[in-house]
This record gives sequence, C-alpha cells and structure tokens, in this order.
Amino acid sequence: MNNNKQHYINPYLGGVLLGILVLLTVYITGRGLGASGAVKSAVVTTADVISPAHAEENAYYSKFISDDHSPMYTWLVFESLGIFFGGLLSGIIFGRVKKLRVERSPKITKKTRLIAALIGGILFGIGSQFGRGCSSGAALSGSATFALGGVIVMLLLFGTGYAIAWFFKKLWI
Amino acid sequence: MGPLIPNGIIGGGWDFVIALLLGIAFGFILEASGFSSSRNIAGVFYGYNFVVLRVFFTAVIVAMTGLLFFGYFGWIDLNKIFILPTYLAPMIFGSVVMGFGFLLGGFCPGTSYTAIAIGKLDALVFTVGLFLGIFIFGEAFPLFKDFYYSGYLGNVTLTDVTGIPPGWFAFAFTIIALASFWVTMLIEKKVRKNIKEYKF
Repeated sequence: MNNNKQHYINPYLGGVLLGILVLLTVYITGRGLGASGAVKSAVVTTADVISPAHAEENAYYSKFISDDHSPMYTWLVFESLGIFFGGLLSGIIFGRVKKLRVERSPKITKKTRLIAALIGGILFGIGSQFGRGCSSGAALSGSATFALGGVIVMLLLFGTGYAIAWFFKKLWI
Repeated sequence: MGPLIPNGIIGGGWDFVIALLLGIAFGFILEASGFSSSRNIAGVFYGYNFVVLRVFFTAVIVAMTGLLFFGYFGWIDLNKIFILPTYLAPMIFGSVVMGFGFLLGGFCPGTSYTAIAIGKLDALVFTVGLFLGIFIFGEAFPLFKDFYYSGYLGNVTLTDVTGIPPGWFAFAFTIIALASFWVTMLIEKKVRKNIKEYKF
C-alpha cells in the first residue's frame, strides 16, 4: 500500500480541535455531534417511500415520520453531509483523495475485507439503535456531557473491541 | 447566554446551515487525524496505532472541562443541554454489538463517511451495512420492543446517579487519560518493532 508516508495532524491537536468543536456544538445547539442518525433517517425515508402504510404501522419508523416534512429534513442529515464534505476537503488538502480502493491487511483478500466491512456495518447499525447513538452521539458527546449512558457506551464499545480483538487478529495484522 | 438556539439567540432558521458547517469541521478533523483509514483505527485494539485513543480522550477532556468552565462563567445554562437518556440493558447490549461491528468493520459511522469521501470502497460497503443493519432493526422492532424500552433511568448524568460533583469526574477522567497516553506510547513503541504488515 502506498500509505507509508501520510501527513496526519498531531493526534493531540486533533483531539483539542474535536473537543472545542463538541463544546461549540453544545454551546450553539444545546446538544452534541452525531452520525448514525443520518443513516436512520435514510432508512425511515426509504421505508416511507416504498410503503407509507407499512412505515406508519411500524412502531419504530413511525416515531420519526411527521406530516410536515420528510424524515431527511433533520439536523443530523445536514451535519452528516457536512462530515462527508469536511472529509473531502481535508483529503484534497492533504492529497489523500484517490481513485476507489480497498484498504486491507496484506494477509486477507479484498473480498474478505469487504465482507468483514459489510458485517461490521450491519452490526454497528443494529447496535447503534439499541445504544441510542454511536461513537459520536453517545460515546463522545454523551460522555462529554457527563451522561451515564454515554459513558456506558464508550466503555463497552471499546471494551468489547479489546475483548474480541485476538479472535479477529488476521483481519488487521 | 448559551445554548444559543434553544435560548432563541440564534433563530431556528439557521439550524441546517449551522449543522452543515459543524459537520464540515467534524469531518475535516476526523480525516486530518487519520480516521479515514480503518487500519489506523483498528490499531488501537492491537497496540500498533493509538491515534483513536489520543484523539478521543483529548476531545472528551477538552469538552468536559470546557463545559464546566462555560457553566461556571455563566456562558451556558447546563440545565438546558441535552443529556442522552439511559436505557441500561439495551444500551449495554447495543454497545457490545457495536464493539463487534467496530472491530470487524474498522470504522464507526462518522469515520466511514470521511473515508468514502477520499475513495475507500470498504467504507462505502460499511455504510451500506449500516443502512441494512438499521433496516433489519426497524423491521424486527416489534419482536424486541419491550427490551428496547427497558431499564429506563431517564436523562441522567453521572452526578445524578452518584451524587459526586461533575468536576470530580472531569478530574478523574483527565488523570486516567493522561496515564493512558503515557502507557500507550510505551506499548506502541514496543509493538511497532515487531509488526511488518503495517507501514508507519
């Protein structure tokens, strides 16, 4: 892989900037950052478009459907669009935007990596709904605002990763 | 006095503009820190790259202490900020499931968006997985509706539960984070000597 000399910013600088951003976000909006909520909005919208009756009957989707606007018209969808463009901007500045590629450990094939990524995404999607948020909304913003639930998600999300890392070693090293 | 939008100081019409701008800053910081690479992220679990721990813990310290100071100076009304509700059992279950997803996928939702932006196909597949996962959850929701709402404790903070003032938690967390920065620096040095699969 050609990423042996990457120019990333100092992680502690990144952390300070991210902390200030969380602080600023809470100061302006009264709540923190998020990410998984945007995909949830996309799922609810898709269900609502394909079968409105089914979506309204569903006790979960119906929580996020309102009569006056689309489920896509929410704060987190716009914020997540921003995440994409912000990533693109940084990628352009630091020269990391390149043609489509799969990043993987040399010990596994492209196919293995993509299957693991798909299963990982599915599990993360399911878990984030039970957890009331993912690493951004629950673990980061939740912990920063001293929410008990946020700290639980932070500890158990990373804790589980450590507990099972040995079994999936080949995927990464 | 903050929070600005809930207090009506910034009109609600600016909501989505602000969302987009804050999101751009978020995505920029994630990508610039190296979170657009799943192998950088997964390094935290194998000791070859602790960038996730450094960025995450630093951010929590800064935001936690910052909020306390903002409250102390009267710049923000801490009673008006959103506190994530706690549903004990489903949140424990959800975090463990997310832990598996994190280790297998190498991304979390926010980082995967930035990785798509720079052309990572594995991140795109991960995000498709997120969509499928939430769809599966939604369709199966009636089966576990009771569990999903179980263990509700309300929008509680650590202080509500323990009676210990938030300053002590911020202090303890800062000490733990600083200690972990030092320990992981030593671990990283040791591990990197023996790893050839990953270039630094």
